[in-house]
Amino acid sequence: MSYGLGILKGMSVTLKQFVESYTKKGSIVTVQYPEERREDVERFRNFPILVYDEKPEAPRCVACDICAKECPPKCITIVRDRDEQGRGLQKPKVFDIDLSVCMSCGICEEVCPFDAIFMDHQFELSAYDRMESLNYHQEKLLKPNSYLHQIRPTDATQIDAKLKAKEEAKKKTQPGTTA
Amino acid sequence: MERLDQLFVLLKKIILQFAESFLPAPLLPFLSILVSITAIAIFAPLTMMYLTWLERKVIGRMQNRFGPNRVGIYGLLQPIADGIKMLTKEDVIPLGADRVTHFLAPVAVVVPSLLLFSVLPFGRNMTAVNLDIGLLFFIAVSSIGTLAIFMGGWASRNKFSLLGAMRAFAQMISYEVPLVLSVVTVVMIVGSLSTEKIVEAQSGWGGLRWFVFTPWGFVGFMLFFICSVSEVNRTPFDIPEGESEIVAGFHTEYSGMKFALFYMAEFLGAFAYSAMAATLFLGGWQGPLLPSWLWFGLKTFCLVFTMIWLRGTFPRFRVDQLMSYAWKFLFPMGLSNILAAGIWYHTPFPLSFIFATWILLLSFIGLSRLNPTGTRLERRTYRFAE
Repeated sequence: MSYGLGILKGMSVTLKQFVESYTKKGSIVTVQYPEERREDVERFRNFPILVYDEKPEAPRCVACDICAKECPPKCITIVRDRDEQGRGLQKPKVFDIDLSVCMSCGICEEVCPFDAIFMDHQFELSAYDRMESLNYHQEKLLKPNSYLHQIRPTDATQIDAKLKAKEEAKKKTQPGTTA
Repeated sequence: MERLDQLFVLLKKIILQFAESFLPAPLLPFLSILVSITAIAIFAPLTMMYLTWLERKVIGRMQNRFGPNRVGIYGLLQPIADGIKMLTKEDVIPLGADRVTHFLAPVAVVVPSLLLFSVLPFGRNMTAVNLDIGLLFFIAVSSIGTLAIFMGGWASRNKFSLLGAMRAFAQMISYEVPLVLSVVTVVMIVGSLSTEKIVEAQSGWGGLRWFVFTPWGFVGFMLFFICSVSEVNRTPFDIPEGESEIVAGFHTEYSGMKFALFYMAEFLGAFAYSAMAATLFLGGWQGPLLPSWLWFGLKTFCLVFTMIWLRGTFPRFRVDQLMSYAWKFLFPMGLSNILAAGIWYHTPFPLSFIFATWILLLSFIGLSRLNPTGTRLERRTYRFAE
């Protein structure tokens, strides 16, 4: 028996929220997306990219096909590049990832032994055509190492240090040969 | 000031004087009617459109959202975009539906709620039709909407529609009783059913001698307002269209503009009932300083805002709660309110105030005690199935 006081109490709560939404800053939690954006989080991961060190013609990827084999929905297609004699080169001729199939699990990044494939922060990937424009080719996937530093500085520095150490170790064991 | 107060009346006069120059005299009364009808026919849908905007905006703010803000500045063009969307949608009629009744129901639901506007006193000399039985007309016509809702629910040949329509009927008939009882007090005191006369009876005290400031008026206002929220099927009394229970109730099978017409009826009803509550208890267009039509609009807007506010606050009633609230609380409260108004009318001032207040206070406390709230969770004893 509250004699209808509970009604007034409830209504005062909503009125308070209503007034505060105009007076108190930050009480409306909606992010007005195209104009406003959430702050980029380093750990965020979406669609993969391929990383190259100096020039896009020489990516880190050696076309070992591990990521394509591990990919759960099988969205990666890799064809190894060959020279004039038909011998295999350590770089991919075709490297396609189908965005419409990719489920952004990040397993490709985890299994890559050459640290060539990484998950991107880009999430605005919509296109008008669902067949060709969603099938990402090598040119579209290749991003410089500086880009990786920009989006994931912690990971990128660690990986750079790791690669450098590897290089040093290689030089020590095989003096005279070029990497 | 006087000119501002009579702005719309003067506007009509100018139109009529202009028409006098080329129209024959016998046609002029018809033109006068036509002008009033046009004004209402423009005003009512426009009000409805912007009430939808207001509702979405206010409820959004109450839930810490922005509400519509994409189409036009502050989302002010949103109702127009919605209207275009509704008009271009496919109009689906179920195969098993009664086609004629299914088509007529949305029309029959909007027409009464438009007719309600004819007796509302929008300002001094601004009642479209000054009927002697204006209040009776209002109550009678507003009940027709119930029939149209049942038409829609029945003709759809859908279990949810029919259930919603049945619920609507049960609810509206129940709440019509305390609604009329609360209005009776005003009729008793004023001695007239004309809306103009009711507003005039509340003049004095610098335009603040409203009926809400009397004990019976306050209770009557609360009863009228609660019942009117129920009459227009708005939350917390929206069991006829309870989304979580029966899809969309009586308008489950309606789409496109027909669906919009049901909504239009709801919003027009909400506006008309708020306006009537303002007329009966809040002094209509009476008020100091501001022009009369502005006062009327302000009071109506406040009541409409309260309706939206209620929707933003409360969940839906259960059917049994709804019924017991109407019959066990509002109905006896309305009866004792009539008693209080009678005593108010027949005793001199200080005594009348004391008597009326005590009667109402005692009946309020008594009825609150007789209607236990909350659920009593007792251990069930099965006598035969053990």
